[in-house]
Amino acid sequence: MSESAGNPPDRRYTSEHEWIKADGDEYVVGITSFAQDQLGDIVYVELPKVGDHVEAGTAFGVIESVKTASDLYAPVSGEVVAVNASLVEQPQAVNDDPYSGGWMIRIKADDTSALDELLTADQYTAQIGD
Amino acid sequence: MSESSLLLETPLNAAHRRLGARMVDFAGWDMPVQYPTGILAEHRAVRGNVGVFDLSHMGRVVLHGRDAVQLAQVCATRDLARVRDGEAAYSLLCLDDGGILDDVIAYRRGAEEVLFVFNASNRVVDTEQTLSQRQRRGLSVDVDDRTLTTALIGLQGPAAQATLEPLCDVDLEQLAGYSFLQARVDGAPVFVSRTGYTGEDGFELMVDAEQAEGLWELLLSQPTQPVACGLGARDTLRTEAGFALYGHEIDRTTSPFEARLGWVVNLDKDDFVGREALVRQKADGVERRLVGLTVASGGVPRPETPVVDDGTPVGQVTSGTHSPTLQRSIALAYVPLPLAGTGQQLAVEVRGRELSAEVTRLPFVPHHFRPRAQA
Repeated sequence: MSESAGNPPDRRYTSEHEWIKADGDEYVVGITSFAQDQLGDIVYVELPKVGDHVEAGTAFGVIESVKTASDLYAPVSGEVVAVNASLVEQPQAVNDDPYSGGWMIRIKADDTSALDELLTADQYTAQIGD
Repeated sequence: MSESSLLLETPLNAAHRRLGARMVDFAGWDMPVQYPTGILAEHRAVRGNVGVFDLSHMGRVVLHGRDAVQLAQVCATRDLARVRDGEAAYSLLCLDDGGILDDVIAYRRGAEEVLFVFNASNRVVDTEQTLSQRQRRGLSVDVDDRTLTTALIGLQGPAAQATLEPLCDVDLEQLAGYSFLQARVDGAPVFVSRTGYTGEDGFELMVDAEQAEGLWELLLSQPTQPVACGLGARDTLRTEAGFALYGHEIDRTTSPFEARLGWVVNLDKDDFVGREALVRQKADGVERRLVGLTVASGGVPRPETPVVDDGTPVGQVTSGTHSPTLQRSIALAYVPLPLAGTGQQLAVEVRGRELSAEVTRLPFVPHHFRPRAQA
């Protein structure tokens, strides 16, 4: 798989390999294709509860592959308005479809201007291409 | 790939890279942890069909000469006099204090030849102990480390025999578990043993380094469609099978008896390294025991995850993983003897949260390997 292509331009990225995409006045968060490829087969995803407040740059959940566990970091601060409960039974959706069906949480951002600080698809692609 | 320049490479290194393997430093060797197929698919191939492994990092040391069997007997805990020529046996090498130096497979290749297969991480210390025992006892035997001039390829799974048979000039159906023979595979001489560490039927093939890549490619091109498997799948497979891994379940601080390996310690054998200490351990009994744990959902226990009983830490996970076969978390752990009975309810503490864990009879997944030949 090419690691430097296929990151959709319709969203922003973090250096910790999360993506965040606007959907109406809410934002959907997941991990990048590069991240799922590095982790390998995902077997468990631990997500916050609806109503929890997540803080930019701090862990909001955990993702586990066969070999390892990694924290999930919030790209921006906000309130969790939905979580992808299907990942409990189908964690491999993160491998199969990281940019759509493998989404993790939906948040209402505290400050939408914080998104401007995040990486564009081109910037993120350049970063992982190093 | 400058980081690999200090690592040892097996004769299959280029083949792994061509397949797109993710390579890691494993005990000083540049080894594939997984291929693009992924650990789960590799694991399922071995349980349901057949997988191929590069095991060439494992130490292969031949004892050859008049006192070969005697030297092997002094080093190994198991009585190799009970093993016939043409058969292999799982055993331990212990230290004088009874701690485990390594686990090994000993192959009796004749009255004057024994092959030891060691863990990669212990090849040097195992060889040193073997040499020092030879010297101390004045034995007449050559100790020849062939690790770097040969390769070892594992072929594991229910379709292993169907994969190898058409390529081979011997009747594999006649080869019992833990037996071996010299065969020709596609014309090349291959040492074929019916051994493995996955819990499935299968073979391990030792060949000269120059033949390794040809054999590897030949196996992968067979109509049974074998899947190349890395160290990741090897670890999930052996954990489901309840097999110990050096550095996890066993090391210099563990006793064979607490690791459930008393069955390979033959104390009635004359003399071997660690015997006196092991006689005492057996008489005194052990305080903890290795158990299998089936763990409730909520995370994967990893090595060093605490095991708790009523909120009190009582032990530690030595290996833990998601079981691809059972679709749930499993672990091997040491717990105090009174808590080691099947069905005992315990918990493991994953990220500060207790997940219930039940002591489960090992193996987690039933073994399917061929039985040994009857005596």
